[in-house]
Amino acid sequence: MSAHLHAEHDVHASGHSRRGYRIGVALAIILTVIPFWLVMSGALPDPGVTAAIIFALALVQIIVHVVSFLHLDTRSEGGWTLLAFLFTAVIVVVTIGGSIWVMYHLNTNMMPMPMPDRSVAQ
Amino acid sequence: MTDHALEPRGAAVTWHHVGDDAHDHGANATVLGFWIYLMSDALIFASLFAMFGVVSTAYAGGPVPREIFDLPLVALNTALLLASSITFGQAIPHIEAGRVAPTRFWLAITGLLGLAFVGVELFEFSHLIAEGAGPQRSAFLSAFFTLVGTHGAHVTVGLIWIATMLVQLGRHGPSGEMKRRIVCLSMFWHFLDIIWIGVFTFVYLYGVLR
Amino acid sequence: MTDAVSKTIFGRLGWESFPIHEPILLGTFAVVVLLGLVIVGATTYFRLWGYLWKEWFTSVDHKKIGIMYIILAIIMLLRGFADALMMRAQQAIAFGANEGYLNSHHYDQIFTAHGTIMIFFVAIPLVVGIVNFVMPLQIGARDVAFPFLNNLSFWLTVAGAILTMVSLFVGEFARTGWLSYAPLAGLAYSPDTGVDYYLWSLQIAGVGTTLSAINMVATVIKMRAPGMTMMKMPVFSWTALCSNVLAIAIFPALTAAFFLLMLDRYVGTAFFTNDLGGAPMMYWNMVWIWGHPEVYVLVLPAFGIYSEITSTFSGKRLFGYSSMVYATVVITILAYLVWLHHFFTMGAGPSVNSFFGIATMVISIPTGAKIFNWLFTMYRGNIRFELPMMWVVAFMITFVVGGMTGVLLAIPPADFVLHNSLFLVAHFHNTIIGGVVFGLFAAMVYWFPKAFGFKLDPFWGKVAFWGWVIGYWVAWTPIYVVGLMGTVRRVHHFDDPSLQPYFIVAAVGGVIILVGILGFVMSIVMGFVKREQLRDTTGDPWDGRTLEWSTSSPPPPYNFALTPVVHDLDAWYDMKARGYERPADGFRPIHMPRNTGAGVILAGLALVLGFAMVWYMWWLAALSFVGLLVVAVGHTFNFKRDFFIPAGDVAATEAKRRPLLGVGA
Repeated sequence: MSAHLHAEHDVHASGHSRRGYRIGVALAIILTVIPFWLVMSGALPDPGVTAAIIFALALVQIIVHVVSFLHLDTRSEGGWTLLAFLFTAVIVVVTIGGSIWVMYHLNTNMMPMPMPDRSVAQ
Repeated sequence: MTDHALEPRGAAVTWHHVGDDAHDHGANATVLGFWIYLMSDALIFASLFAMFGVVSTAYAGGPVPREIFDLPLVALNTALLLASSITFGQAIPHIEAGRVAPTRFWLAITGLLGLAFVGVELFEFSHLIAEGAGPQRSAFLSAFFTLVGTHGAHVTVGLIWIATMLVQLGRHGPSGEMKRRIVCLSMFWHFLDIIWIGVFTFVYLYGVLR
Repeated sequence: MTDAVSKTIFGRLGWESFPIHEPILLGTFAVVVLLGLVIVGATTYFRLWGYLWKEWFTSVDHKKIGIMYIILAIIMLLRGFADALMMRAQQAIAFGANEGYLNSHHYDQIFTAHGTIMIFFVAIPLVVGIVNFVMPLQIGARDVAFPFLNNLSFWLTVAGAILTMVSLFVGEFARTGWLSYAPLAGLAYSPDTGVDYYLWSLQIAGVGTTLSAINMVATVIKMRAPGMTMMKMPVFSWTALCSNVLAIAIFPALTAAFFLLMLDRYVGTAFFTNDLGGAPMMYWNMVWIWGHPEVYVLVLPAFGIYSEITSTFSGKRLFGYSSMVYATVVITILAYLVWLHHFFTMGAGPSVNSFFGIATMVISIPTGAKIFNWLFTMYRGNIRFELPMMWVVAFMITFVVGGMTGVLLAIPPADFVLHNSLFLVAHFHNTIIGGVVFGLFAAMVYWFPKAFGFKLDPFWGKVAFWGWVIGYWVAWTPIYVVGLMGTVRRVHHFDDPSLQPYFIVAAVGGVIILVGILGFVMSIVMGFVKREQLRDTTGDPWDGRTLEWSTSSPPPPYNFALTPVVHDLDAWYDMKARGYERPADGFRPIHMPRNTGAGVILAGLALVLGFAMVWYMWWLAALSFVGLLVVAVGHTFNFKRDFFIPAGDVAATEAKRRPLLGVGA
């Protein structure tokens, strides 16, 4: 992002960003391969543990991509991009987590109940 | 009321900004504006992920993920998209240095990888529909097709954008405006790769796990 | 023509789609056509088409776009209010044996159209228009960050509004309530065109609103005058920022919800259906993730307006500026955490209901803090009770009541009783009329001289004020009462005759509000007639405190000949106090964006796409979609988007206006 734009004036920053980029590529590949391998090989006996691991890895990979490919840091655009990103992250969590929480409740409470058998009472 | 007000009237104060200001037009706001757009697009995907999350087990007696997801194919697609992200990264130093030919080369490679990604996805979709696992079959499949398809539609827009950039680079060379556009396009492309991380983890891998 | 050919060309559009059997619609249609002919004829006669196209329609000037937004909103207000009067009339007479003059089919369309139009095509365009006009001037900018995008956003909103209006005469509008809840809005229960009109017009307008919000946020962040740090930015610009941030955060949820409902209706997916595992409540969930924060998108800028006006007309710096800013930010975040209170009764358990109930109540704390800030600003101030200030006082009294009934409804057990009742309807009209509409009227009165160079006529302005304020209380107090007694909303006929007096009073209130609306129109007309008496040559008619009053009324296209440097929160007050002198020379060429017709063309194509999709004219839909792509991509090949106003021209303009402008007045 802004790192790109500034690179014309700042060779040092550019070099720094290229190194970050290469590390990012390596990490991205590793973080993609591991979850696929875990699930396709069934290396872990407990699918719950596998699920937890792949979600954690996805989270890490998203951060890696954002930092090394989108060049998000505290300085670019006076910190506004970081602020926008953090705000969005909160909203994403609220939207997805909140919706699932709410809908789980509605599904559980609004399930069709077995009707009481009136003929017995009479 | 203010400390300024205590100063004598007419004290030497600068009231105007004279000189070279980039303040008067929005060119320097493009990257930030585009970033904000990406954030709003991320929230559209968040809503689609939420929808998928809510109905991810609503199979309605139809096929379940384990039966229909072809993980090697997904792995291939993931590799294609990640590779395209990396090749786009190769184009960036060239456009920064103003070299048109290598920029176009790497952009074209990126476009081809993206095209392959969309092709594989269309193959997967047509295969599923032929098997009777189309979007009308169950809420789970509706959400699956919509989430993955929306991502695919975004990639297609990215492809049109890449084609446009290839033409415009040929016409205008590496002008400041072109650099800005390609930087925005690179943000868009990397952003789609990030969304895909969510897709392959949450939809495919987690789907097969349960 | 055979049936198959007709189906291919016109989709499901046929002769029966035109409501020739509805005398009310036919009459409306005749009036609209007549008015349209008069306007088109007059424009042609006075040879105004070229002027309108060059100076307004294709303009990228934020001031003109802002004014066009406001004109759109006022036109749509007349439509939405006509719907309101029709409902009031129906409910006042439809008791017992009297079925009223509207059948339920038509009545359902009217309440849906009323809500949809009032929120999407009145409140939003008014807020966007005022932010568009005022905010760049207030932060000392020459335009917004993306001027073309601004023009496009406006025309997309217009396209949505036109599509809604078309549904009046071609086919019909939705009968599903203003948020078109699933599964009622699904194809199974609403097979006709109504919901499709609803979805396409709001989707097109929604794209415009989102783009505009992105534009405004980028403008506030990047284009502030030198010296204007965030904590020296006027409160209205702060609220504009927060409101637009919120809009960016919520519109995606609405877009997604509408998109999924469209897929259900067009493709046959099973998102919100009753069968195949669909989750209709997820639609409610998503539209309310948008819907509740939307209230704050509208009311935050209104809070900003009240702050500016209170400070100006009390002749004092705003009390507790930083607490005002923090309150605004806190509301922005909390607004996102309360959506479930719109469906407390739909089966969520105690933990969910408690969370959302408490979060809702917490919002009243920062809002209350704001009320106290305004009161303390007025306290010991030198208050001038001119029209804008009168609106502020009316707001404070009216809105506090609406806020308190809101806190009442936030208590889940109370909501179980009041849910879906007219009490709720009265509550949200209380907050939106008392909070948003009063603020927007205050803003229009306050900034009108800045936009046009003369004040609105004060007598008719007072008629508008008293009409609205008295009309509001007469119309909605009885609705509160019958709602508390258990009367439900969206009913077109009542059996219990004891309720009728209340509805008659409410209808009278509606007529009083009509007087207010006509009074406002008259205040514009009479203001124009008496414009020489009401002329503002100083640029600072109210003894203002912020930068927009430092330039002439109306401002030149470039707003400020030289970019101002800000030293204080009340920048213009500070400049006046320290003997600021206007520059006489040293002007430089000014970089300006060029006008373009691309926005009008794109929005026109979007309108055609929407209409074609509503009527299943697939060929036309495909054609307009391809057209959209071609024009959008083609526009990126236009690199000549700006020009320079030569320094000499700037100097000439400045020399003409400088002697007139007041300094330190």
